[in-house]
Amino acid sequence: MAEAVLLSLDGLRVSFDTEQGPVQAVRGVSLEVRPGECLAVVGESGSGKSQLFLACLGLLAANGRAEGSARLQGEQLIGAGERGLAVLRGARVGLVSQDPMNALTPHLRVGEQLMEFVLDRGRMKRPEARIRALQLMESVGIRDPETRFDQYPHELSGGQRQRVAIAMALMPGPALLIADEPTTALDVTVQAQVLDVLRRLREQGLTIVLITHDLGVVAGIADRVAVMYAGAVVEVAATGQLFSMPRHPYTAALLEAIPRLDTKPGDRLVHIEGQPPRPHERLQGCPFAPRCALAQGRCRESEPGLDWSGGRASACHAPLPGGWAA
Amino acid sequence: MTDASPGIYAAAWRRLGRNRAAVAALVALAVLVVVSMAGPVVSSFSIDHVDWSLSPLASPPGLANGHWLGTDGNGRDLFVRVCAGTQVSLLVALLATAVSLLIGVAWGATAGYLGGRVDGWMMRVVDVLYALPYMFFVIILTVVFGRSLLLIFLAIGAVGWLTMARIVRGQSLALRQQAFVDAAITLGLPARRIIARHIVPNVIGTVVVYATLTVPQVILFESFLSFLGLGVQEPLTSLGRLVAEGALEMEAAPWQLLAPSAALALILLCLNFVGDGLRDALDPRQR
Repeated sequence: MAEAVLLSLDGLRVSFDTEQGPVQAVRGVSLEVRPGECLAVVGESGSGKSQLFLACLGLLAANGRAEGSARLQGEQLIGAGERGLAVLRGARVGLVSQDPMNALTPHLRVGEQLMEFVLDRGRMKRPEARIRALQLMESVGIRDPETRFDQYPHELSGGQRQRVAIAMALMPGPALLIADEPTTALDVTVQAQVLDVLRRLREQGLTIVLITHDLGVVAGIADRVAVMYAGAVVEVAATGQLFSMPRHPYTAALLEAIPRLDTKPGDRLVHIEGQPPRPHERLQGCPFAPRCALAQGRCRESEPGLDWSGGRASACHAPLPGGWAA
Repeated sequence: MTDASPGIYAAAWRRLGRNRAAVAALVALAVLVVVSMAGPVVSSFSIDHVDWSLSPLASPPGLANGHWLGTDGNGRDLFVRVCAGTQVSLLVALLATAVSLLIGVAWGATAGYLGGRVDGWMMRVVDVLYALPYMFFVIILTVVFGRSLLLIFLAIGAVGWLTMARIVRGQSLALRQQAFVDAAITLGLPARRIIARHIVPNVIGTVVVYATLTVPQVILFESFLSFLGLGVQEPLTSLGRLVAEGALEMEAAPWQLLAPSAALALILLCLNFVGDGLRDALDPRQR
């Protein structure tokens, strides 16, 4: 069992101390990432999807606190301390951030940044590191890597920088790549190219966690999807199942809200009524209940737990029946 | 976009080379240094030689008696004294600034990057040192260790690094939030390396500008110390001292004020242009 799970989160909570009191950004998430899969974590802004994985890497802001358990290949990450984390980081987990413009240090040549890790650890000599960096640059689709290698980040476009950031995260040969909205800041054609890179890496056996708010991105690449709402996972399912038969009304509403090609001009775009709960709000019952068309009495009283059956899970008192088609 | 981009510092030099004001300032500074070194050697007077043949002793500038910039109230050649003063002032300025740069940048970057409790304690140390009256500090230093040029560098540097540390810390706090620092942390690079490679080079622009502002401050501070009798000792002199002495004779012998003032103003002006040029040149986003 332990062999079949790469990263296992168990009851992970993240809270931030603010002037208005503690804010729960992640309210007890249990999730498994299996070797070789691409798991997409989907949610609105503020649903806690990024904080969840930043917490695993010990990258929370100074006022953030993580509780619960996150095990990478069996090793506890929460509370491991800087020293413990430094060993785990890099070697086993790579992070690609949202903002390619800021992902690279402006005054270091692309090649220097790529080689920094392996040189610092004394894992490789320079010529060797250079060869590996060039190979990785090639494999993430950077044309003419030899030239790019000696350039500065500002001489590269956003898409190229994101590719370099991916290559940099891959330099140590991590088991897991966490991509936090890697395409958000890019325009659509470049988005597709970067996703292509991720897809190819996944085919080569890399495990990827893709954090995104874009269901279109998910459809093309993910094996499984975890939908988050208000700091909790509300549904986990294989991508195909999720799109064809969502169980949680929130998932269904999200799918409903994707603009379609057959929407006539002048038709109103579908959206979900209301707002997600605000961070300081005390939650009672299902956090989605106030916006849910199918909410019943008990939805407002008790919060449903994540219910696993048939390889998928949803957290809803009144899940949609199977066969519901978007 | 060019094919192979030159090294960041090579490129910076090239950009600096294209900045006419900065180049002119560098040339002027170089000339000033050469003259101040060569002057006393070429001149037939030494800094403490009193020319008794003059009457009155304070002679206006002229070529006839060999005193090109005139003499001071004691009949000593002003050209040689301004040269010596320039040397001392530049030396004090550069060394004291270097001391404050070294300590200030290291201290500030470490505090800013590590943050939290470490940051709190490190900055409290700075606050306490700020609160100490620095004159007190300098007086105690001179009493305990006797007077020397080296001590002046240390004393001024020890006071100067405080502001530098605060500036660098502020910048580092902001840089720490950047995605590239997160990326470096996730890669598992040690804090030492992140500070040295990802934080410090990114604050250099600000630091250089502040350092060029520090140099004039240091020169003025040194002249203040000398004025109190804590700085360089007669017959050695500094520009600040010469200006102070010249100011007393401003009406009767204006050249005594003008010569050292001109040298001081030239140095400060040049340093400002060089600092400006460096700031522009060191930003890799400039092309």
